[in-house]
Amino acid sequence: MTDRARDGAFDDWLDALATGDPYYLDCENGHGWLPPRRVCPDCGSRELSRETLPDAGTIATHTTVHVATPQFEDDAPYVTAIADFGPVSITGLVRGVEPDAVEIGTTVGIEIGERETTGERAVVFRRRYSSH
Amino acid sequence: MTDPRVAGAGVTAFGSYPERTGRDLFAEAGLEALDQSGVPAADVEALYYGNFMGELAEHQGHQGPLMAEMVGVDAPATRYEAACASAGAAIRSAVQAIRSGEADVVMVGGAERMTNIGTAGATDALSIAADDLYEIRAGMTFPGAYALMARSYFEEYGGSREDLAHVAVKNHEHAMVNDHAQLQKEISVADALEAPMVAEPLGLYDACPITDGAAAAIVTSEAYAAEHDLDAPVRISGTGQGGDNLALQDRAHYAQTPAADKAAREAYDDAGIGADAVDVAEVHDCFTIAEVLALESLALFERGEAITAARDGTTTRHGELPVNLSGGLKAKGHPVGATGVAQLATIAWVLDGSHPRADAVPDATVGVAHNAGGTVASTTVHVLEVGE
Ligand SMILES: [Zn+2]
Repeated sequence: MTDRARDGAFDDWLDALATGDPYYLDCENGHGWLPPRRVCPDCGSRELSRETLPDAGTIATHTTVHVATPQFEDDAPYVTAIADFGPVSITGLVRGVEPDAVEIGTTVGIEIGERETTGERAVVFRRRYSSH
Repeated sequence: MTDPRVAGAGVTAFGSYPERTGRDLFAEAGLEALDQSGVPAADVEALYYGNFMGELAEHQGHQGPLMAEMVGVDAPATRYEAACASAGAAIRSAVQAIRSGEADVVMVGGAERMTNIGTAGATDALSIAADDLYEIRAGMTFPGAYALMARSYFEEYGGSREDLAHVAVKNHEHAMVNDHAQLQKEISVADALEAPMVAEPLGLYDACPITDGAAAAIVTSEAYAAEHDLDAPVRISGTGQGGDNLALQDRAHYAQTPAADKAAREAYDDAGIGADAVDVAEVHDCFTIAEVLALESLALFERGEAITAARDGTTTRHGELPVNLSGGLKAKGHPVGATGVAQLATIAWVLDGSHPRADAVPDATVGVAHNAGGTVASTTVHVLEVGE
């Protein structure tokens, strides 16, 4: 993927995740989003500020994918989940837990990982056993 | 009344026809619609055409004029793309064109060729209805997205895989007399529960098949239908469309589909009816859980209550409110860009008594068609009525 152009603010956000400084965009009315955003689609605010992402999130829903696209062929079966991090929710791959052990309400941290199939960067959630 | 009339419709056999090109599929459906309506191709003033994955499956963009040519229509032709709701969006524009007086006769339709690129190719193509950056790159597939919604529904309202299996069993049974259906095979709850997992908690029998097919309809003004003495008793009395955040993660609910709530409210208001007037429904059951979510958004059931509707018989052909008499996407098949118009054709045929399952609702006068795109970031709802 070396000759593919970067996806602007999305890749910047992944970079921040990789360096341990994850953030989200917060509008003046407290609606949270991921970049790029120039306007809050909920309230129309254009005053979006960069805020530190909460350290831990909670799994809101999850699935174990058995039939994958070609880009995730070698990853399957894998767990994709949506985790709530305060005002923003994020979709990622759950790693380091047996698929059957993933539950709604599980506390996770967020980091950067790779797809097994293509080596491309991916958002990864890991279970947190104690509060930090 | 100045509601647009459904003058005729044509639907190809739905199934696995990897060697049939999209243009050949649409030609069959479009010509059948013209023949059934008795409207000459020269009278058609526009084509509204739905298609989702033409670039990926056939390396074919710009399908509007191609498809007009294939059905012998010399008129402006535009392709609509709203994922699986592409044809529903096309119907809405057709209705608006007739109502505004811009046109008296239009063709609306859609086609999709899918099986030629195989299961992995089609899974990949379908996935792009999701957010590429934030969902697809996190492994989200189309079944995976609905699995996330199903899990959330179970958590919020209860329900089980067995409840969903009853939706599949019902829709397979409904399709047994639909010779255009892809899957004419009765299944049991046990069959569904034992099938391989696709994306937990959804298994193979929770998912619609990958389908090649096309559908088309001729829609006319009431004045044109009267002047030409067309046999067109069914009218489109209400249209609604709703939208939502593209990515599931950005929504307030994962177990509700607000875009469909909005579309339903608008369509019911437009038709001047309430949900209690609905006699029969075709809803977008790309997955079994999607039928449940649709019925609740259409206000045909309270939140959390549609999950048992198939199991307790309410939505079977013998029940109070038959849903997906065609077999739904689940058994009839889901050629993505054609589905909305295939639903329209089904409701029109059920209301005029010509559908093989019309005997389930002999006195029906009001039907709804619910067509949803992606994880329901786009939804159209149309109300069809027969009689005064
Ligand atoms: Zn806001």
